[in-house]
Amino acid sequence: MLYFTRWKAAGIVLTALVVCLFAVPNFFPEATVNSWPKWAQRHLVLGLDLQGGSHILLEVDTNAVRKDKLETTRDDVRRVLRDARVGYTGLVVRGNSVEVRLRDEAASATALTKLRELAVPLGGILGGSGQMSLNVTTEAGNLIRLTVGDAAILDRVRQSVEQSIQIIERRVNELGTVEPLIQRQGTDRILVQVPGLQDPTRLKELLGKTAKLDFRMVDIGTPVEQALQGRAPPEDDLLYSSTAPKTPYLIEKRVLVSGAELTDAQPGFDQRTSEPIVSFRFNTAGSRKFAQATQENVGKPFAIVLDNEVISAPVIREPILGGSGQISGSFTVQSANDLSILLRAGALPAPLTIIEERTVGPGLGADSIAKGKMSSYVGAGLVIVFMLATYGIFGLFANIAVAINVAMIFGVLSLLNATLTLPGIAGVVLTVGIAVDSNVLIYERIREEVRAGRSPINAIDAGFSRALATILDSNITTFIAAAVLFYIGTGPVRGFAVTLGIGIITTVFTAFTVTRLIVATWVRWRRPQHVPI
Amino acid sequence: MRLLRIVPDDTKFDFMQFRRISFPISAVLSILAIGLYFFHGLNFGIDFKGGLLMEVQSKTPTADLSTMRTTLSGLGLGEVQLQQFGGPSNVLVRIAEQPGGDAAQQAAVQKVRGALGDSVEYRRVEVVGPRVSSELLSYGVVGLGLAILGILIYLWFRFEWQFALGAMIANVHDIVLTIGFMSITQIDFDLTSIAALLTILGYSLNDTVVIYDRIREMLRRYKKMPMAELLNASVNQTLSRSVITHVTVTLALLALLLFGGQAIHSFAATMTFGVVLVGTYTSIFIAAPILIYLGVGRGTDALTGPESGKSK
Repeated sequence: MLYFTRWKAAGIVLTALVVCLFAVPNFFPEATVNSWPKWAQRHLVLGLDLQGGSHILLEVDTNAVRKDKLETTRDDVRRVLRDARVGYTGLVVRGNSVEVRLRDEAASATALTKLRELAVPLGGILGGSGQMSLNVTTEAGNLIRLTVGDAAILDRVRQSVEQSIQIIERRVNELGTVEPLIQRQGTDRILVQVPGLQDPTRLKELLGKTAKLDFRMVDIGTPVEQALQGRAPPEDDLLYSSTAPKTPYLIEKRVLVSGAELTDAQPGFDQRTSEPIVSFRFNTAGSRKFAQATQENVGKPFAIVLDNEVISAPVIREPILGGSGQISGSFTVQSANDLSILLRAGALPAPLTIIEERTVGPGLGADSIAKGKMSSYVGAGLVIVFMLATYGIFGLFANIAVAINVAMIFGVLSLLNATLTLPGIAGVVLTVGIAVDSNVLIYERIREEVRAGRSPINAIDAGFSRALATILDSNITTFIAAAVLFYIGTGPVRGFAVTLGIGIITTVFTAFTVTRLIVATWVRWRRPQHVPI
Repeated sequence: MRLLRIVPDDTKFDFMQFRRISFPISAVLSILAIGLYFFHGLNFGIDFKGGLLMEVQSKTPTADLSTMRTTLSGLGLGEVQLQQFGGPSNVLVRIAEQPGGDAAQQAAVQKVRGALGDSVEYRRVEVVGPRVSSELLSYGVVGLGLAILGILIYLWFRFEWQFALGAMIANVHDIVLTIGFMSITQIDFDLTSIAALLTILGYSLNDTVVIYDRIREMLRRYKKMPMAELLNASVNQTLSRSVITHVTVTLALLALLLFGGQAIHSFAATMTFGVVLVGTYTSIFIAAPILIYLGVGRGTDALTGPESGKSK
C-alpha cells in the first residue's frame, strides 16, 4: 500500500492539482476572469440566497387551456358546418366535448367527414403518438360529439409552456437584469430566477399579465343597464374599465384587430395633454383590417381591451389608415412603459399563476455570505487544532489532506458551474468534519496494528489497506442519502446535496491517494523506528 | 510533544450488558417521540403548510412590534405571527395560507407590502401556494423512504440481511427520536429539516457501518468467540475512532450553530441533536447489540463477503 510508481505518484499529484486549479477563477473579479480563455472561466455561481434575487415558479392554467381549446373547437365546428351548408339546431360545449345536433340526419355523413378533418395528429407529424387532437363520434343519428382528450390538453399545455418561456424571456430581458434563468419544470411549470432584484413586484406584474390586447367595437345598440341585469346579448361581453371607478361597457365579442398583429409599441407622451401614452404600429394585415374597421365605423366608439379590461373606449373621429395609433388611458410613466414591454413581447398563450415565490434581499444575502465564511473558518480552525493535538505530525498530514479536499470540492463545483448556497456552505463545513474521519479511521487502525506488534512500516501498510474498505463502505451510505436529497430537493437544499455529494467523492479520493502518498513519502524519507501516533 | 488521547488503549467496557438498560430506554423514548408527534405535533414551516413568510428589518434600531402587529392585523389576513429574529430590528412575519388558491397568496403579499411600505427593508419574502406545499411534503416523505430503502439494499448487498435489518432499526430509531426533538423544541419543520434528517441518517449509518465492518472482520477471524464477547470487542476496538470522529463533527457543527446565523440555525441544531447525541449512542448501544437478537449467521457461506479474500 505504501509503494507508488513514479508515474502513479505524478498522476495523483497532477489530478489533485488540476482539480484544485479550477477553483482559482473564484478568487478573481468577474471582469478579470472574462478576459481568460473560455475553458478557464468556469466558476461558482452564488445561489439566490447568497446574492439576493427572486425565485418564482409559474404554472400554466390548465383549465384555461382546456376552456380555450373547447371554445376554439366550437367556433371551428360552426365555421365548418356553415361552409359545408349543413344545418344544425344546437351547438354547445359540454364537459370535455363539443356537441352539435344536426337538423337533418341525412347530412350526418357529410358533416362527419368534414368535422373529422379538424382532428390533427398530436405531437406533430414526426414522432406523433398516433393519437388525434379530437375524437369525433356520432350518436343517435343526428348528434355529433367532438371530444378533446386529456392527451390533447397536455399537448396544448406543453406548447403553451414553450411559447410562454420565449415570451417571458423577452419580458424579463427588458428589466435589464444580469443572467436571468428561465426554464421549464415538469409539464406545466416555468421557473424564473432573477438575481439581484430589490423588489420583485414589477417582475411579478410583468409575469402575471397575459397581455392579450384586442380592438373591439362597443355595442351602442343595447343599454348597459340591461346587461347589468343579466340580459347581455349573446354576441357581446360585459367588461369593465381598468381604472377606478369601474365603468361597465358592452363590448362586441368580434375582434377587429388583435394584439398579435402589432409590430411595435413604445411609451411616449401625448403632444397636447403631455399625458403618458403608448403608441403602436400594426403589421400590414393588421393595418388593413384596422383601416377598414375605422372607415366603416366613424362616429362610433371602439374599445381597446387588455386582459378583459377596457383600457379606453374612444370614439372614432376619422378613419385611421396609417396602421399606427396611440393608447391613452390614465397611464403613469411606469405603467405606459410596462404596457409597451408587454405588447412588444406578445401575449401569453394561456394565463400563468405564481405558485411559489422566494425572494432574498441583497442585505440578507451579504449577511449570509459573511456568516457562512465565519462559520467555515471557525469550524476548520477547531478541527485543525484538534487533529494536531491528537495525532501530531500525522494530524498535520490529515490537515493537508483536508485542505486539498476542500480546494478540490471548490474546483469540482466550479467545473460544474454549480450553485453555492448557504446550506451548501454548511455542507462544506460538515465535509471538513467527516473528511478527517477517513484519516481517523486509518490512524486508529495503524495504532491497533502497532499494538498488535507489527513493525512501523508494516503497521502503516496494514492500517491503510484495512481502513480503506471501511472508508468506502461508510461513505457510500452517506452518498446515497446525498443523492436522494439532490433528487427531491430544490434551490438551497439541492445546493447542500451537491456539496455533500462532491465532498464525499473528494474525501474518498484524497483518502485513497493523497493521504497515502503523503504518508508513504514521509515513511521513505524518515524511515521511522516507531509510529508517532 | 505528548498527544491528546481521549480514549485509552484497550478499553474493555461491557457494552452488550448495557443493552438491558439501553433497549428499554430507547423503546420508551421512541414511544414518547411518536406520542409527541401525534399529540404535540410538528411546527410545519411554510414549505409544507403554505402561506407567507417575510423577514423584515426595521429602519429604526429597534422594531416596534406592537405597532406592526396592529397594522398587519387590520389587513384581514387571519392570524399574523410576529417574532423577533436575530437582532432587535429584525422581525419575522408569518401569515397562514390564505383561502382562495395561489392568486390569494400573492394578493396578501401586496397587502403586507402596502401596509408596511418603506418603513422596513424586505430581507426575505417567501410565498408558497397550496399545491407546491403539498407536493414538497410528499417529496420529503417519499425521499426519506427512498433513502432508507436504498441504504437497506446497499447494506444487504454488502453484508448479510441481519446487518441490514439491524442498521435499519437503528436508523428508524434515530429518525423517530429526532422528530421527537423537533416536536419538543417546535423548530420549524421544512425542507431544510428533511435535509437534516437525511444527513443524520447518512452519518449515523456511516458510524454503524464502521462498527459492522469490524464485527464482520472479527466474525471471520474468531469463529468460536461467544457473540456478546465478540460484539463487545468490536465496539471497544472502534471506540477511539468513534469518539474522535464525533468530536471533529461536533466541532464543525458547533461552528455552524454559533456562527452560521439564523438562516441555518434550526438545521444546525437538529443536526447537532441527531448526529452528536443520538447517532453515536445508536451505533454503540442499539445497532451493535441488536445483532445478538437477529442471529448473525456464523456459517462459512454467510461470512464470505466481498472482502473475505483480502482479510489475510
